[in-house]
Parts: sequence; C-alpha cells; structure tokens
Amino acid sequence: MQFSPEVLIVLAPLFAAAFAGLFQRFIGDRAAMAVTTASVGLSLALSLPIFADFVWGEGHERTIELFRFIDVAGFTSTWSVRIDALSAIMLVVVNSVSFLVHVYSIGYMAEDPHRARFFSYLSFFTFSMLALVTANDFLQLFFGWEGVGVASYLLIGFWFKKRSANDAAIKAFVVNRVGDFGFALGIMAAFFCYGSIQFDEVFHAAAANPNMMLGVGDIQFKAVETIAFLLFIGAMGKSAQFFLHVWLPDAMEGPTPVSALIHAATMVTAGVFMVCRAGELYHLAPLASGFVTIVGAITALFAATVGLAQNDIKRVVAYSTCSQLGYMFFAAGVGAYNAAMFHLFTHAFFKALLFLGAGSVIHGLHHEQDMRYMGGVRKPMPITWAMMLIGTFALIGFGLPIEGFKIGFAGFYSKDAIIEAAYGSHGIGAQFAFWCGVTAALLTSFYSWRLAFMTFEGKFRPNPHARHDDHDAHAHDDHHAPADGSAPAHESPWIMLAPLFVLAAGAIFAGAVFYPYFLGYKAEEFWGHAIPLEHGHHDFPVWVLWAPVVVTVTGFLLAVIFYLWQPGAPKAMAKGPAHAFLFNKWYFDEFYDFVFVKGARALGDLFWKVGDQKVIDGLGPDGVASSSRFLSRALRRVQTGFVYHYSFLMLIAAIAFGGYALLAGVGGGR
Amino acid sequence: MSEMLEGWPLLSILTFLPAAGAIWVMAARAMSPGENPGFDRGVRLITLIVTLATFAASLVVLAAFDHENPDYQFVENVPWAFGIAYRMGVDSMAMSLIVLTTFLTPLCILASWSIDKQVSSYMVLFLILETLMIGVFCAQDIILFYLFFEGGLIPMFILIGVWGGSRRVYAAFKFFLYTLLGSLLMLVAIVAIISIAGTSSIPELTAYARQTGFDADLQIWLWLAFFASFAVKMPMWPVHTWLPDAHVEAPTAASVVLAAILLKMGGYGFLRFSLPMFPDASHFFTPMVFALSVVAIVWASLVAFRQLDIKKLIAYSSVAHMGFVTMGIFSGNMQGVQGAIFQMLSHGVISGALFLCVGVVYDRMHTREIAFYGGLVNRMPVYAAIFMLFTLGNVGLPGTSGFPGEILTMVGAFQVNAWVAAGAALGVILSAAYALTLYRKVAFGVIENPKLAGITDLDGREWITFAPLVIATLVMGLAPSLVFDFTHASAEAVVNAFAGNAP
Repeated sequence: MQFSPEVLIVLAPLFAAAFAGLFQRFIGDRAAMAVTTASVGLSLALSLPIFADFVWGEGHERTIELFRFIDVAGFTSTWSVRIDALSAIMLVVVNSVSFLVHVYSIGYMAEDPHRARFFSYLSFFTFSMLALVTANDFLQLFFGWEGVGVASYLLIGFWFKKRSANDAAIKAFVVNRVGDFGFALGIMAAFFCYGSIQFDEVFHAAAANPNMMLGVGDIQFKAVETIAFLLFIGAMGKSAQFFLHVWLPDAMEGPTPVSALIHAATMVTAGVFMVCRAGELYHLAPLASGFVTIVGAITALFAATVGLAQNDIKRVVAYSTCSQLGYMFFAAGVGAYNAAMFHLFTHAFFKALLFLGAGSVIHGLHHEQDMRYMGGVRKPMPITWAMMLIGTFALIGFGLPIEGFKIGFAGFYSKDAIIEAAYGSHGIGAQFAFWCGVTAALLTSFYSWRLAFMTFEGKFRPNPHARHDDHDAHAHDDHHAPADGSAPAHESPWIMLAPLFVLAAGAIFAGAVFYPYFLGYKAEEFWGHAIPLEHGHHDFPVWVLWAPVVVTVTGFLLAVIFYLWQPGAPKAMAKGPAHAFLFNKWYFDEFYDFVFVKGARALGDLFWKVGDQKVIDGLGPDGVASSSRFLSRALRRVQTGFVYHYSFLMLIAAIAFGGYALLAGVGGGR
Repeated sequence: MSEMLEGWPLLSILTFLPAAGAIWVMAARAMSPGENPGFDRGVRLITLIVTLATFAASLVVLAAFDHENPDYQFVENVPWAFGIAYRMGVDSMAMSLIVLTTFLTPLCILASWSIDKQVSSYMVLFLILETLMIGVFCAQDIILFYLFFEGGLIPMFILIGVWGGSRRVYAAFKFFLYTLLGSLLMLVAIVAIISIAGTSSIPELTAYARQTGFDADLQIWLWLAFFASFAVKMPMWPVHTWLPDAHVEAPTAASVVLAAILLKMGGYGFLRFSLPMFPDASHFFTPMVFALSVVAIVWASLVAFRQLDIKKLIAYSSVAHMGFVTMGIFSGNMQGVQGAIFQMLSHGVISGALFLCVGVVYDRMHTREIAFYGGLVNRMPVYAAIFMLFTLGNVGLPGTSGFPGEILTMVGAFQVNAWVAAGAALGVILSAAYALTLYRKVAFGVIENPKLAGITDLDGREWITFAPLVIATLVMGLAPSLVFDFTHASAEAVVNAFAGNAP
C-alpha cells in the first residue's frame, strides 16, 4: 500500500463528497461547494502533468496498488490506479469537465435549497468515474461502472419531487442493469476461460490461445468472441447504444450541468473507454468487433434521425450525444481505437460546451426548454450565442481536408478520422458504417443548425402554456417580449460563462493540437502499450476526404432553407407520419413498456396470486389447514393464553425431541 | 491471549450467557413487588447489557480464534449417555455466523424499545432465542445441533404469535407447520446416520463420510431428508410462502432475527451436513438445486415487484437473495462457497437493516402499506439517506456488502453451468427494478398523505441502532477480503469434502 499523487487524484473527490454529504448541515452550502470544487480542481491540477508527460514527455506507464479488494482462489481484484495513455486522457477529460461543471453549477444551482447535496453527488460521480478509468482489472472497472450508474441515478432524480424525474432515474438505472447483465457475464466468462480478471493477464492469455473454446451447456462458443460480445452488452447500456439507448433522452430530467458532465462528456463514454481498454480482446474477435461496428453505425444514424424531430433543446443534444457515441463505437469496431478515443476526447469539450450553453439559454429563459417557444435569443445572450456557435461548428466537424493543410474545429479531426478509418477497413460492417457515418454527418449538420436557428434567430415565440408561478425568483426580469422581437432573456452570470470559454477553447483547438499524438506521426510513442494500433498508411480517394465536408454544408443549407427562409415548411412536414415516427423516437418506449414493464407486472401477478397463493399455498399449508380445522382451532386457543403455556409447550417439545433422539440412537447404534 | 483463555469453556459461556440473562430477568420479575412503572425500563436495560456482553464475549473468542486453522477450535466434550455427548467447537464459518448473531441481537433489543406488551416475557424469549442461535453454530454433536436448531423455532413461534400483527395466528401456524415437517424428516435421517456411522459427533461423521462414505443409494434419501429441513429454512422455492407471511406479522426485531439469522441456518446446514456428508447425492442433486435457485431468484423478484406491503416486498427479496446462496453452495468451488458464506453474512446485515427501516416508519404510523407513504425524504432526510444506502446494498451495488457475495456465487455457478449464472444475473436486473421502485414510492415525491405531515426523523436511539449496520455494510463492501480471508479455511474444507479430496 503506497500513497501518491495518483491516488490522491482518485480519492480527493471521494473525501470531498463524503465531507459535503455528511456535514452539509454543519458547514453550510458555501463550504460544501467550495470543498467539492476545490477537490476536483486539485485532481485536475495533479492530472495535467501526467497527461503532459504522455504527450510531451517520456510517458511512464505504471500501476499503483492500494489493497486487495477481493481475492478468492484466483478471482483477484486489487484497488489500483493504473496510469497509461488511455487513463491519462480520461483523467484530463473527467477532471477538467467535472471541474468546469462544478464551477458552472455554483451559478446554475444558486437558488436551489439542496445545493450541498448536489455538489456532493457531483464529486461522488467524479470519484466513481476516476476509479473506473484507473482500474487495473475488470472488477474495479465494474465498481466504477456501477458507481457512476448510481451517481447518475441520484442526479437524474435530484429534483425528487418530480415524478417524471424519479421515473427517469429508475429507468436509467434499470436499463443500465440490463447492460450490466452482459458485462457481469463477460467478467465471469473471462475468469472461467483465462483464470484471471486482471487486464494484462486476460489479454496475454487471450493472445496466447486465441482459438480457445468456451462450452456453455452443449454449445461451444469461441471464448474471446463471447467475452468481447458480452462486455459490449454492458457498453451498450452505459453508452446508450441502439436497443439500450432509451434511458438517455429521459435522463435530461436531471439538472443541465449533470447532463453536460455525465450524459455527454464522461459517463456515457465509459463504454467506449472500456472497449478501447479491452482493445487487445476485440482485436482478436472479428465477429464481436463487427457487432460493435454495426451497432455503433446504426446508433449514429438512428439517433441523428430522431434528433431531427425533437423540440426539447436538451433532448436534441442528448440524441446528438447518442449519435456521436455511435461514431466512437464503430471506430473501435473497425479497430481504430485511437480514433475512437480522439473523438471521445474532442467530443467531451464541444458536447459539454453545447450542453452548458443550452443550460445557459434555459437559465436565461426561466427554465423554458422547448425550442418552439424560443427564438430571438441571440441579442440578449450574445456570449452564449457565440459559444454555442463554436460548439456547433465543432460538432458538425467543420474544416478543410486539404492535403498538408488540414484545418478545422476539434470535431473535424476526430470525426473525419473515424469516417476514413471505416472506409479503409475490411472489417465486418465497416462499409455499412462508412455510409451510415456520412449520412449521419448530413443529419448532424441539419439538426445542429436547426437548434441554433430555432433558439437564437428569428422572433421570440412565447409559450402559451408558460407557468410563471413556479419561478418567482426571476421576478427581476420583464416577462414581456421586447418590441424588436428578441427574447425576454438575460445573459448568464460570469461564473457560468467562464467555463464556456475554456470549453470553447477546447472545441476549437483540441483537434489541431493533439491530432499528431492521437492519430498522427507521434501516435506510437504516445499510446505506448495502452491500445493496439493499426499499422500502415491508407491513401484515401479525394471524394472520401471531401464527402463529410459536402454533406455538412448541404445540411447547413437545408437548415437555412427550412428554418430561416421558409419557416412554414417544417410545420407542414410535422403533420406527416414520418415525422410522428421520428418524434416518437421510433416507438421504442411504447414497445419496451408493453413487452418488458407490463410483461414483468403480469408475470409478477401470475407468480404471486396464482403461483404462490393458489397453487403452492392451496396445495400446501392452506389445504392442510382446512382439512384439519381442529388443529388451527386448538392453536388459536393456545395463543390466546399466556406465555407460560408456550414455555410449557416448548419444554414438552424439547423433551420429546431429545428423548426420541436418544432412544432411537441407542436402538440403532451399537 | 489464547493462553490466558486456555481451559475455559468459552463457547458454553458464550452460548449460555443470554440464557443466564433470561434467568436474571425472570428472577427480577419474581421478586418485583406488584406493578412497578420503572420495571419494564429496567428489563430492557438488563437485556441490552446482557446482549452487549455477549457480543463482547464473542469478540474475545474471535480474537483468540486462529482462522488459518481449518480444525474445530475451543472444543468442549462432556459425554452424556449412550455415546451422545455435549460437544462444542467452531470453525471459521461458524465463528463468522456467531459474530453476526451477537452483533445483531443488541440492535434488535434497541429496536424493541417500543414494545410495551409483556416486556419481560418478550425479552426473556429473545435472550433464549439468542442462546439457541449461538448454540446451533457451536454444536459439534448432531443431536445437540438438532435440539438448538429446532428449539429456535419455539421462541420465534411465540414472538410472532403473541407480539405479531393481526393475522399472526395464521402466520405462526404456517411457519410452524412448514419448519416442523421439514425437521421431522431430518430427525429420521439423523437417527439413520448415527446408527450407521456409530457416532453422533459431527467431525467424526464427516470423517466417516470421507473415509468410508455412506452408501450411494442411501445418500439420496438422507440428502433429501436433510434438504427438506434446510430448504424450508432458507427458504427455497417452492417452500418459501411461509416467509412473507411470517415477516409481515412478526414484530420488527423478530423479522430482523428471522431474516438475518434463522434463514442462515439452512445455508449453514447445507455447508455443514449435505455437502461434506453426502457428496455423491449432492452432486446428483446439483442440477435440481440450481434450477430451484434460479426459479427462486426470478420468481421471487417478479413477485416482489408487485407487492403492496413493504415488509412483504423485502421478504420476497430475501427469498431471491437466498437463491444466490444455494446456487453458490452447490457450485462446490471456492468462489461459489466463499460467495455463499459472504452473501449469508451480508444479507444478515442488509436485510436486518431494511426490516429495521420498515420498523422505524411502522413505529410512527402503524402501517406497512406502501401506498400510505410517499415523500418521506422531505421530513426525514437522515432516514431517507440510510434507507437509500441499504436499498442500494439490496440491489447489490459494488462498494456495499451486497455485491461480493452476488458476483462470487455467480462466478462459482458459471464454472459449472453458465446458463445458471445467466439466469441468476436476471435477478440482478429485477432487484434494481423492485427496490428502487419501492424507494421512489416511499421516500421520493411530495408528501400527499396529511397523516405524514408531522412524521419525525430518526431519534438518538435509532441513530445508534443504524450506525453499526451502516459501517458494517460499507466495510464489508469495500474490503470484503477481511471476511474472505477469515472464512477461507472452512470454505476450503467444504470444497475438498465435496470434491472427494483428502484435506
């Protein structure tokens, strides 16, 4: 057991969370906020040199072991802090976004009576996420995995008086548990096949015997494919991939800083991180990787289509997150783990920026989230507008792919690398993913500009159903729209805007600065042993390089036509069945509710009222009781008496048992 | 320390300390002149002191215990008649369950402070119950074991029948009927193995089973007879329906003991008798036990999802969690057996705590109906936080004690049959659904029931009751190795016996 800065990075937020959570009544809100924010700031300050060491320095891969978690006959897990390029990236992403979200929340949650609890949860989340990314074995990974799940559950349901928030929180946890079902079985399968759950040992064992078979009953599966497949089920839950995505849009019930931190930048990317961490396994599992590619590609496209038709500003960004996670997965599926991690890295900045920007708009508009009742927000909130614009450019991946003179926003470098990797791969589903990726890029551009135009441009459209009563605190603002058609909004305070500046800087520069290390000529040195790297350079046809640019511009022009020049057109379209299909998110919720929720209820009732009460009790004790009424009557008489009767009964019973046993023992014994 | 304690009948002192307390209470009652308002308070205090002293005594024994030694320790042997002896001794598995018992009993007494009907009788019964429970885990003679094992039924039967709720007679009757029928079959089997092996000593019986072995065909019948008793105690599907009824009607502390300790006697029985003494039959029946375990997990979880009564819901969740225990035991490998022992200890803490949580609101509102509550977090933030922790423990969250047992029993089962582990893992999904839904209905939302408007948060006594449980849940969750290292030796002995290996 050793104590070092790396350990402090992970534990500082835990201590702060416990301190703020346990002593909130005694120290007050301000101290709770200060302690938690400072602890994450400390973690960030300690993380940056580690990351810098991998980028510009030697890059010391190391693992600090604390103490044994579980050790039962080879099933061994040790609390550890594993430092390599992969975890260094995640340390910076998690701590920087978390720190900025802490700062932002000081402004955003200023009027909430439960601020201390909120900050305690945020720091607890940060701790869990750090434990996840610094794990050295699958069990600590799973610990963090579930820990972030609980933090997410608590924060989605933070406004516990709202029924919808509580339901969304439970939905998030339970759907994630469906994924964990696969994840846990994957861990068990890995232990069964390789006799270890420690990363390097599992990877070495898998590489040493790549054709090992796993017998399940009478069926033989290829071990590494099965394990990779099962682990990915977990990733599908955590990262909201197709089939298990349904919880993420509902998770927007939580406060917006939570959406930015957990449901955009960090927790939902844990699945991508896990697949990259286990890259050595997926490398050996072409079928499972193909599955990852196809699920990722479908998600990228599916979520983008749903994003077209949503009116809630946060839901649009949520579906966008879902879609971008799909990109990361199909990158990992085709073996471009570095591209997947690069997109994770850049996405964290611009998506957090978009979420916090959306939060700023919501804050400015007195908690209005419906874009149909926005418009004209640019004038009263120019800084937020500028920041959202930067986020939008980064999300759509705007840039110029000129050979030798590549230049663009952060998302440009990472997204184009993914699309190119899919095109250049011979893996299962890679070409399908390429076309999904290009199409989704078109849709991404369209819905991003739709969001920007509906929110910031045009004239303000007041909400006819607005409930002004629940936000008396905003009485200092005029609720009537100004005459020039701009929105009756106010710019957010500096404590909320400052984090946006930092994130905007990331959204602009993170791609250009770090491209050489993640993907370019310094990649091999940077990554070390963290992930398997694809070797060999591909020359892509010019149309492949330019396709993303073309579709992005096309999406922009379509959005201009529909939302700036012909604002009536979308309303006409909104009546069609295609719109209803998209607006209702392909009817996934309805289907799942009918099959799983109602199904579980019906089965529960069947087992309880028929199984337990009619069949088991009817044939068992109740049947016996009714056929021997006298016994129950006798018992009833006894129970009305005093305890002495019972003591007497007890004595008789004990003597009877003992005596019988003694006699029987003698009779048969010798 | 162990030299200092040499020669003392430590286990007998530990076992009969609560019984001595019971005699103290009875003597005080006999001598107390007529009605005395302070008398009940004195009785409560005496009982608390005695149970705390018992806990302290168990810690002394624990400190002297050598967990690396797989043999029975602190052995006492006083011959009775006919070759049957008063034999006491513990291995690490028994020791851990004893500490669980002595740890929880003082908390039960604290939780019984609000009992005001025939206090002295209640406390006497509780003390006798504790003696019998400790005795079960200490007994090294199978007849002695049987006496303690069945004796525990009677005080529990009375506690439910006298201090229980409105349908207490039905519940007590059902409880008694089920457990008694199982026990009678076991008694026949006990008589049979004593006559065959010519000894009633458990270590000698185990040695006989290892060296000579019981006849394979006979093992089937003997195994089934023992199974009848242990399956009811666990309880396994389909003999589980007595448990929800018993819990619903039982007073809070009796529920705690029932869930935390009495259910564990079934698992202890499997580990002590079924696997080591009838290894062939255990192998033969493993598929059946696996099937029943998975059915129990899925069935009980789904039924729990539909319950309207808080206690009934937790009772069904106990059935599901015990399914993990039986699954782990019969996987017969280290992960499975260690996981099962851990799950028993953890379930003792978590289910006990959950029943105490129900008791807190029941004491205030006198109803356990889920629909009655809602929005408690507004008035009872500390209670809500504690209830949340134990709910998450029940869900098997890593970091709480609910996790290591669940995952290890599944790891153990996976190595025997992956489909079984997959079936059990379904329970992990379902437990999240029913436990969090219960929590939402009880604690979250706004207070809509006007009767809850004046409900108060935990008082000092309740704080003291919960604090040790919170600590135990977290320590066992974050450093489960402390427990695994302790129970390693006896788990290994069980695994070896099951596998037919010489130790």
